[in-house]
Amino acid sequence: MSEQNTSSVAYVRDTMLPQQPAPSNQTGALKWMRENLFSGWLNTVLTLAGIGLVYWLVTHFYPWFAHSVWDANSLKECREIVTTAYGADATGACWGVIRERWHQFMFGFYDPALYWRPLLTFGLLLVVIGPILFTENQRNRAAFMVFGGLFALVSMALVGTSAAILALSAGIMAATGALIFGRFAYAMLAAAAFPLVAIFLLWGGSAWTVLFIGFGFVIGWLLLSGFARMGSIIAVVAAIVGTILFWLISGGAFGTDHLFGGQSLVEALASAVPLSIEAQGSDRFGGFLLAVTIGVGGIAMSLPMGVVLALGRQSNMFLIKSLSVIFIEFIRGVPLITLLFVASLLLNYFLPPGTQFDIILRVMILVTMFSAAYIAEVVRGGLAALPRGQYEAADALGLDYWRAQRLIILPQALKISIPGIVSTFIGMFKDTTLVVFVGLFDPLKGIPDFIRSVFEWKGIYWEPFVFVGLIFFIFNFSMSRYSMYLENRLKRDHR
Amino acid sequence: MTTSPDVPNQGFRLSQLIYDTRYRSLTIQTITLILVLMGFGWLIDNTIQNLEVLGKDFNFSFLWNRAGYDVGQTLIPYTNDSTHARAALVGLFNTLWVSFLGCFAATVLGIFVGVLRLSHNWLIARIMTVFVEVFRNIPVLMWILISLAVLTEASPQPRDFKVNPETGVANAEMLLFDSVAITNRYTAVPSADFTRGFAPIETPLAPISVNFLICLGVVLASIWANKRLLAHATVIQETSGVRPVTWWKSALILFAPLVMVLYALGFDIHEPVLKGFNFTDGTNVSNALVALWLGLTLYTASYIAEIVRAGIMAVSKGQSEAASALGLRPNRTMKLVILPQALRVIVPPLISQYLNLTKNSSLAIAVGYADLRATLGGTTLNQTGRELESILLMMLIYLAISLTISGVMNLYNRSVKLKER
Repeated sequence: MSEQNTSSVAYVRDTMLPQQPAPSNQTGALKWMRENLFSGWLNTVLTLAGIGLVYWLVTHFYPWFAHSVWDANSLKECREIVTTAYGADATGACWGVIRERWHQFMFGFYDPALYWRPLLTFGLLLVVIGPILFTENQRNRAAFMVFGGLFALVSMALVGTSAAILALSAGIMAATGALIFGRFAYAMLAAAAFPLVAIFLLWGGSAWTVLFIGFGFVIGWLLLSGFARMGSIIAVVAAIVGTILFWLISGGAFGTDHLFGGQSLVEALASAVPLSIEAQGSDRFGGFLLAVTIGVGGIAMSLPMGVVLALGRQSNMFLIKSLSVIFIEFIRGVPLITLLFVASLLLNYFLPPGTQFDIILRVMILVTMFSAAYIAEVVRGGLAALPRGQYEAADALGLDYWRAQRLIILPQALKISIPGIVSTFIGMFKDTTLVVFVGLFDPLKGIPDFIRSVFEWKGIYWEPFVFVGLIFFIFNFSMSRYSMYLENRLKRDHR
Repeated sequence: MTTSPDVPNQGFRLSQLIYDTRYRSLTIQTITLILVLMGFGWLIDNTIQNLEVLGKDFNFSFLWNRAGYDVGQTLIPYTNDSTHARAALVGLFNTLWVSFLGCFAATVLGIFVGVLRLSHNWLIARIMTVFVEVFRNIPVLMWILISLAVLTEASPQPRDFKVNPETGVANAEMLLFDSVAITNRYTAVPSADFTRGFAPIETPLAPISVNFLICLGVVLASIWANKRLLAHATVIQETSGVRPVTWWKSALILFAPLVMVLYALGFDIHEPVLKGFNFTDGTNVSNALVALWLGLTLYTASYIAEIVRAGIMAVSKGQSEAASALGLRPNRTMKLVILPQALRVIVPPLISQYLNLTKNSSLAIAVGYADLRATLGGTTLNQTGRELESILLMMLIYLAISLTISGVMNLYNRSVKLKER
């Protein structure tokens, strides 16, 4: 080409022309719009339809938000304010119901003086799971834990907690955070101990019960490591039997209650050294307190069960495998609502005559079974995703089954499964709203129905929906973003 | 795992049951079996004792007693003189019906949203992202309740559709060319019937519409004939190198017979018409069904949209580039290269969403739709006081539905499984 030019072209420019700005439709907003909104007739139609949709939504809902009324004590008053201010046809949101009843949406019928206890529990939860959720990135971990703690403290201050309790809570959270920040093993221990602390803080009552449950686990662990030399099966059996025996004896079984004058060991200790805080019965739980308690409790209790079920499903032993498969498929095959009916109507049939216990506990047992089946499938995915070489390497090192699982397989499989576990948790958290159908006060239907039952707020629908929906959205959206972040990071780790 | 041949034979020792891998799994399984049986025995023993205390027994004969209650919406004939079993069947059909409607609508909406979310159009992609995130991060119960509230609280009364004779305007307008009217009590939609049709065959289960069967047969035959036509065209293409034009023949084969049969049977669509204070002529669908259907559809569609998007994105770019390099036009690329590969990724999670939707349809409890939970697990349970039998039966029915759906999924998975070398 160039040869041709030199011979056939009479003049070749040897200086550059001064640079011109790009044509106006090739730069800036105009170009962006041409490329992204109007690149063809189809796109143009779509864009116009989209603009139309947004316009319709805004014109329909903006006035409602713009005419918001916060300062009213009944729906009628709200409507009067809107009518006088904006005319007879105007509609307006009546947020007065949220201002008046926000505490019921959040805490149900919990004693207002004790709101700090659920809040402290929530703050501790965030602090304790920080090191588990953010294993690698120290900055994110620190930010998550600090923000979690501060969020709890600020909320506690807002609901009027006394300075002494604020300082105490800040101290507890700071100490816990500092202790577990850089030590993963401590963080796992704290996460294992957290449910007991949460039970104590949420339900209150005597600390001895919770302490003895904890002691039981410690004894089990001691037995497990003590008998480890005699083989893993014997150690596991010894630990389970020892723990259960300890609980039975401290609960007054086998006639031990005669030693303390008709009381069990726990009751005797409680009356001798009353380490207790004010009790709050399950009937006082409601709103998001109930949803979070059931959701987090269900997932936390279902994790060990789910891992065992997943291992069972992967097992070579026919009986173990089929039992796991039957359990998982049965639970996954029925709607949660039928399981909740089992909790409320049938569980009393299956337990010894005269057994009566708390509806929240009953619901939690069934919810735990439900989420365990789903967690088992997630963990099974993690187990299947591990390269075969990991199993073979564990065998080659001469590790027995449990050691191989504990030291090599599960740490990796669980790490891959975290996004799936978070998704299961999101699903679980959304499903907690179904407890309304067994008579509990969930934030979505139970509490609003309760509020609508008084004359002042009869017929108020949209404001509770928007408020509760927004909170659910914030919770679940941030968790799903976290899950996506984790998935991306794990992808980089593995490829 | 392998045992070396020179193991000294010392006879069987008891410790081998635990330490010898040949016997250990047997030991563990035996112990597990004993424990599980003991556990079940304990539960059953408790149940028997509890039933005795309450003076109840465990049998299903109540199913054949007269139900004595009415069900709002039934797909098969049912009166309050029917049995409890019949009521359960009505509920089951209602569950399947709302699940079917929901799956269908959610698939259409989900594909629409999922494809548009991949669009290069900035605005549309954002709107669809917002749709997906909003609908899947808020509990489905809320969408059902909101749908119900919109229908019952914010919709006009049937009489508002009446045209005021003085002004010539009605307070409310019907949608979709005057064929659908959303009112605060029901949604009036067009109904269809056959004026010259055959009488249905009466069976104990439900009357079977002969007209419908005829139409179905004609459609299936048309599809089969069209397949033959296309296969024939392919044969001609392979021998002569030119593909004959088939589209008008296809259209004729697919639609002409159906139209003729419909005409012969006197197929007629009735649009709802306001008479007095109510709509007649069309079908008045209860708001419970519409709200449940709408809530389930919107919620599940957001999941299906993500599945579709992930499926399309899972097909690597090289595949479509290779297809264009081969000279395939975009629509052929989509049909022959992208879709078959994307479907393999899409279908399994899609079917598990269908499963979820079917299970979520039990939220009918929130709107009062007469599904399986409402008849067998609701009124029947309360009237007869047989919690144990009702709930167990209900769980087994749901389990059977789920297992059927996952069985279909496994069949599909096997048929599209990559044949690896």
